Amino acid sequence: MSAVTTQAAPTPGASGPASGPPDGGSALRHMMSGNGMVTVLAIVLSLVISAVLIILTNEDVMEAAGYFFARPQDTLVAAWEAVAAAYAALFRGAVFNYRAEDVTGMVYPFMESLTLSTPLIIISLGIAISFRSGLFNIGGQGQMIFGAMFATFFGVHLQLPVGLHLLLVLVMGILGGALWGSIVGVLKAATGAHEVILTIMLNYVAVNLVAYLLQTPVLQREGSTNPVSEFLEPTAVFPPLLGDSFRLNWGFVVAILATVFAWWLIRRSTTGFQLRAVGANPAAARTAGVSVKRMYVVAMVISGGLAGLAGMSQVSGTEKVLNTDVAGSFGFDAITVALLGRSNPVGVFFAGLLFGALRAGGVTMQTETGVPIDIVLIIQSLIVLFIAAPPLVRTIFRLPRPGALQARTTADPVTQPALAGAAAATTTSAGGTAPAAESAVVGDAVGVAAGDAVSPADPESPAGAGAPAGAPRDTPDAGPPPGGRPTASPTQPTTGEEGEQR
Amino acid sequence: MKLELRGITKKFGAFTANDSIDLTVESGQVHSLLGENGAGKSTLMNVLFGLYEPTAGEILVDGTPVRFSGPGEAMAAGIGMVHQHFMLIPVFTVAENVALGDEHTRAAGVLDLEATRRRIREISDRFGFHVDPDARVEDLPVGVQQRVEIIKALVRDARVLILDEPTAVLTPQETDELLDIIRQLRDSGTAVVFISHKLREVKAISTQITVLRRGRVVGTADPGADQSELAALMVGRDVVLNRQKSAPTLGEETFTVSGLTVLSPDGVRLVDDVSFGIRQGEVLAVAGVQGNGQTELTEAIMGLHKAQGSIRLDGEELLGRTTRQVIRAGVGYVPEDRSTDGLVGPFTVAENLVLNRYDRPPAGNGLQLDPKAIRRLAEQRVQEFDIRTQGVDLPVGTLSGGNQQKVVMARELVDDLKLFIASQPTRGVDVGSIEFLHDRIIRERDSGTPVMIVSTELDEVLDLADRIAVMYHGRIIGIVPGDTSRDDLGLMMAGIDPAASPQDPTPKGATA
Repeated sequence: MSAVTTQAAPTPGASGPASGPPDGGSALRHMMSGNGMVTVLAIVLSLVISAVLIILTNEDVMEAAGYFFARPQDTLVAAWEAVAAAYAALFRGAVFNYRAEDVTGMVYPFMESLTLSTPLIIISLGIAISFRSGLFNIGGQGQMIFGAMFATFFGVHLQLPVGLHLLLVLVMGILGGALWGSIVGVLKAATGAHEVILTIMLNYVAVNLVAYLLQTPVLQREGSTNPVSEFLEPTAVFPPLLGDSFRLNWGFVVAILATVFAWWLIRRSTTGFQLRAVGANPAAARTAGVSVKRMYVVAMVISGGLAGLAGMSQVSGTEKVLNTDVAGSFGFDAITVALLGRSNPVGVFFAGLLFGALRAGGVTMQTETGVPIDIVLIIQSLIVLFIAAPPLVRTIFRLPRPGALQARTTADPVTQPALAGAAAATTTSAGGTAPAAESAVVGDAVGVAAGDAVSPADPESPAGAGAPAGAPRDTPDAGPPPGGRPTASPTQPTTGEEGEQR
Repeated sequence: MKLELRGITKKFGAFTANDSIDLTVESGQVHSLLGENGAGKSTLMNVLFGLYEPTAGEILVDGTPVRFSGPGEAMAAGIGMVHQHFMLIPVFTVAENVALGDEHTRAAGVLDLEATRRRIREISDRFGFHVDPDARVEDLPVGVQQRVEIIKALVRDARVLILDEPTAVLTPQETDELLDIIRQLRDSGTAVVFISHKLREVKAISTQITVLRRGRVVGTADPGADQSELAALMVGRDVVLNRQKSAPTLGEETFTVSGLTVLSPDGVRLVDDVSFGIRQGEVLAVAGVQGNGQTELTEAIMGLHKAQGSIRLDGEELLGRTTRQVIRAGVGYVPEDRSTDGLVGPFTVAENLVLNRYDRPPAGNGLQLDPKAIRRLAEQRVQEFDIRTQGVDLPVGTLSGGNQQKVVMARELVDDLKLFIASQPTRGVDVGSIEFLHDRIIRERDSGTPVMIVSTELDEVLDLADRIAVMYHGRIIGIVPGDTSRDDLGLMMAGIDPAASPQDPTPKGATA
């Protein structure tokens, strides 16, 4: 009794999408839709927009614009000249000074960029590690101050042999930051307090504590009325790396070592595996026997330790004294850098270099062309803005959506960090209490973490990443495309971190 | 009313979720959409409900082509949908939930719920729903919540009602009641689209069956069709339903739980003085409606929940140990919700396969991982468990539900287990994979491991169990043989022990 009428039943693999080896076109599409491309384009876009600002604030341009309709070319020439001069100065100040007379003068800017990027790279690595662990550590500033205070104390008050002294100061810097970070980790683990609140508040404590200690004999320079410490002993500072003509010192080597360490920690160590698991899905990590609370403490100790090392590299490297402004805006720039580097140590290293170069070049730009150094800040901010909103960049440049490559786009939080992140940041783990702008940053940075809450769901689950509340997300009711198992899959998503690691 | 889908195609990038599907639904009919997870059922219904824009094809209502740009327009056209996961606001009352999105206001924008209450009572009386418009939704049992969803659709004059996997969350009794309601709706002229992968229900309720596979209509059937025929159509090959497993070879009782009590933070006894033992080579299935303490019971055994009492494995006390220690003691554990507790979505398949073994050889040592060994291990497990993935380096979140479940099972079913616990081992898994996973569980049993299965699916319980413990309100109502009848188990799941004197049968607070 066959009541069943069969229609042409598709043979497996015959239906569904074509799955073959990637041809040239799809390889290109793959690259274009990746995060690397978005990062590059975000930088380009922010340079373009900043150029507009440079033009709008340039007096020559404004003057020429006064008779725009009589001689429009004047305005255009002036605009071009303003932008070209500014960016050329930026380049000369950051990378290569082709106007200098000797080699030293030519490469000096680049060495200066490396010098300025050293603490930034180190602290950003710390922030990146906290992001990977699902923690939004915005206490880099306080942790850096603590590292600098510890380093200064032991660098000023102790007399030790060369080498040993520097090593001790370095260790103390790490300890100082780790101590300050661990408070956050312990409080979060024990009481569930939110790390964003804790770190913000502890920043204030650290800032005011260093200001206070710099007015007591503990740190204040003898006979001085200013809040500034003694110079560190010569045995406690980083020696120059390439001779006395440059400020570049061995701190940069430490930054490289820190990058290698962070990479190893995240990608290879069992601790990093646990940290990433906790960051991406604490419930699953706990079920698999990972102590989530312990990992919160570990993450904050490592993150704070690196921030402390950054503080130490600042006082033992370029500054050689401690003042109240030792951490400057590093704590917050580090968030930006970690974000730009997509919390991937190698990416963070290069993002740190870029920001160091912008800092170095900005000075030259201001002195030579009168374009305020603040434009550098705008460039930095715009980069982050665009990074945080990949769909915006993709729309502007008409890039293919990653979804065009991978059927189940929203199931992958890494290729769609902003979507997943924005939803999660406002609703779940990351930054419910943080100001809106920060929440967006949280979402993206910890996209790996925050996104997870909504990512790996069943295809039929309506809880969706970035979907309007209650509406099933735009995910097909289906598993991965059927078909063979091609060795190189055209649907494999490009993810900043994972891509690098394979 | 007649609703027609013609040549509906929905593509997501290069992936075709629906491939030129034709479907006609008419009033007074119950049209079932049968298909495995990922066959494209939900996508099709989301197209129909205006949540997705079809890539090609058209929707006709009474012969007129329509386009819905959102659920609002679909509802206005008389289409209502009850989602698998309810779209209700727990702290709102029934009336408030029903009014939401279609609020009537009096002067000065004051909400007028009276009209809504009246309509709810009207509908409730007509179909015997027994729903109080002023009850808070979170206080209602799941089955009643589902009726609220149906009322929501009916209040908006839905003439086509789509029910997406409506029985997934119900007890057998509640399922029967729902089927009755559907029959009444059908008789009153509503067209019902019933989406399910449960053959029994589809056969019981449908006037017409359409089977989907891989996004295509692969066949239509009438309700008289044979179950295994339907299953074969759905999966694309012959499937063994109701396997006959061999009799267990029982060993010693190495796993015992006695007097186990788990309290919620506010002092409710989630698990209430539970005692049982499992012998080597035996499957004990814990049956019960979702939320009767099964989750807490397994989590307590795994050290994920604080508990009092005693849990002994091979003579050693497990209670008070950390989760890691319990796993090290030789316990394999498949949590009930794989995407929350079982897997780290952005992690690769390989990483997920060593999620609880990353620090032990061969995956790594205490300090660092061995990526090559992890990869090798993963490739071997992927092959052994037939996990369909395009590579062990892909994020596990990109796999289908069934394959994700296989990843969890592959990780937990390691050699020399002392105890294997699986919660909802086949939830959201297609028929073909269920067969495979059940085989693996029985194989584990036959290797002499005590096995504990927690399931809300009676079919699964009856397929696997040598003995069945039924939980109700945190207690074990009774432990009965594996061949106990479906009806008796259904009664026990509702809190009535057929062997003992009848208790108060009011199901309450089953929503926890």
